[in-house]
Amino acid sequence: MTPGTLLSARGLSLSFGSIPALDGVDLDLWPGEALAIVGESGSGKTTLLNTLFGAQRPDAGIVRYRDPAGHVHDVHAMKRPMLRALHRSDWGFIYQEPRQALRMPVSAGGNVGERLMAQGTASAGALHYGRIRAAAIEWLREVEIDPARIDDLPRTFSGGMLQRLQIARTLVTHPRLVFMDEPTGGLDVSVQARLLDLIRTLIARFAIAVVLVTHDVAVARLLADRILVMQAGRVVETGLTDQVLDDPHEPYTQLLVSSVLQA
Amino acid sequence: MNGYNFAYLDEQTKRMVRRALLKAVAIPGHQVPFGGREMPLPYGWGTGGIQVTASILGSGDVLKVIDQGADDTTNAVSIRRFFARTAGVATTTRTEEASVIQTRHRIPETKLREGQIIVYQVPLPEPLSRLEPSRAEAREMHALGDYGLMHVKLYEDISRLGQVSISFDYPVMVNGRYLMSPTPIPAFDNPKLDRSPALHLFGAGREKRIYAVPPYTEVRSLDFEDHPFRATRARHECALCGARTSYLDEIVTDDRGGRMFVCSDTDYCAGRREREAAE
Repeated sequence: MTPGTLLSARGLSLSFGSIPALDGVDLDLWPGEALAIVGESGSGKTTLLNTLFGAQRPDAGIVRYRDPAGHVHDVHAMKRPMLRALHRSDWGFIYQEPRQALRMPVSAGGNVGERLMAQGTASAGALHYGRIRAAAIEWLREVEIDPARIDDLPRTFSGGMLQRLQIARTLVTHPRLVFMDEPTGGLDVSVQARLLDLIRTLIARFAIAVVLVTHDVAVARLLADRILVMQAGRVVETGLTDQVLDDPHEPYTQLLVSSVLQA
Repeated sequence: MNGYNFAYLDEQTKRMVRRALLKAVAIPGHQVPFGGREMPLPYGWGTGGIQVTASILGSGDVLKVIDQGADDTTNAVSIRRFFARTAGVATTTRTEEASVIQTRHRIPETKLREGQIIVYQVPLPEPLSRLEPSRAEAREMHALGDYGLMHVKLYEDISRLGQVSISFDYPVMVNGRYLMSPTPIPAFDNPKLDRSPALHLFGAGREKRIYAVPPYTEVRSLDFEDHPFRATRARHECALCGARTSYLDEIVTDDRGGRMFVCSDTDYCAGRREREAAE
């Protein structure tokens, strides 16, 4: 594993039948860094994200992760309970569709507190209702949701609020690494801008490393330090975001950048 | 009784149930699947409990059957008579005299002792069923000891109502490992499970699951540090025996709002009155 990295992947390959979704992908991620994976649909972005997260097993290759104590783990060789604990403590996943992550029949406060409660029962420690509620209030405020709505059900929330609630629910355990799959997709433009601003503020303040999948080059430019361009399961170009977007070398990247609509 | 094996079930079936029971005792609180048989009573009336009882009953056993705490309700009378006829075992209504007690809804007020076995009729063995619709996912949660969701339910109750509103089937952690449904016993009875000297066996007929709490096993009701578990009972005394610590049933006596509170455990109540009369 490259020294100092948080997450490191080497030679990831995965094919669905005859279609190669990943073809020899290498990737390094340093703590506190935001990395965007861009490409058109079907280029293997989401497959790569799921593989890094440990939800999808690659045919070949290895994903290594360094835990807070400095130990290195092979993500796909980890025992299930350990991976599960990792997913709900040091890591997080933000879906495009917040309803996929949220528990819709459970109040906003319950949603935010779930990861805390899961950690508490796993460590067999006593849980404190008052402290969980205080953390939920703090995080609702953090994502600009009125704390008075703590006992409301998510179905009474707007799309943008749902997405912010999902962010609060994920960040409540202070993960060091968050995976995001098109976090602003499906939202209207003004809501999208506000959400991007919020995400950018939070990841900077809490020094969260992010692996972000997006088809939207503008989102990548706003959030990511580095960018990785994928085409047909292969990384065709990688580098600092501004560098890649302002001076794309590969024809595919040039096409991708030039196809952005100018308002 | 002619034409039937001892205690109705054939010996092969009993062996199968006993194997499941041994496994259940070895892994306290873990649900063990078993090949539930058709019994001569409908699902929901105690088919699981009756199969467990049939499998553990010996000719020297003394059987007591409780339904809603009472010995004289339909289900209790029928099941008691069923085993009196098919196994020829002695039956009793006294908790102290019984070696096997089959129950639904209650644990007797009289403290159970070593050597006694109490068999529960279980309607819903899966404590997570109301929260997690997928059976596969629930099993994984058990395997990984991932029970945060159950606390989310308690959290929701407290945030909405100021207290946990579960009055029966209150979830417990067995031996610090498995989340278990104690079946529809009132939360009031939960503390009786903790480090009980008796063996507790749970049989779910429809769901075909068996689980157990061996003697002297830690059974902890889920709670929060600042909202500890409380056993609640009606704030009255028994109208018949005057008991102030037993679990009470509310009985409507007329259509003008008349009501009385009496012990739900009829044996306990009768015992107290007998002793009072003797004094």
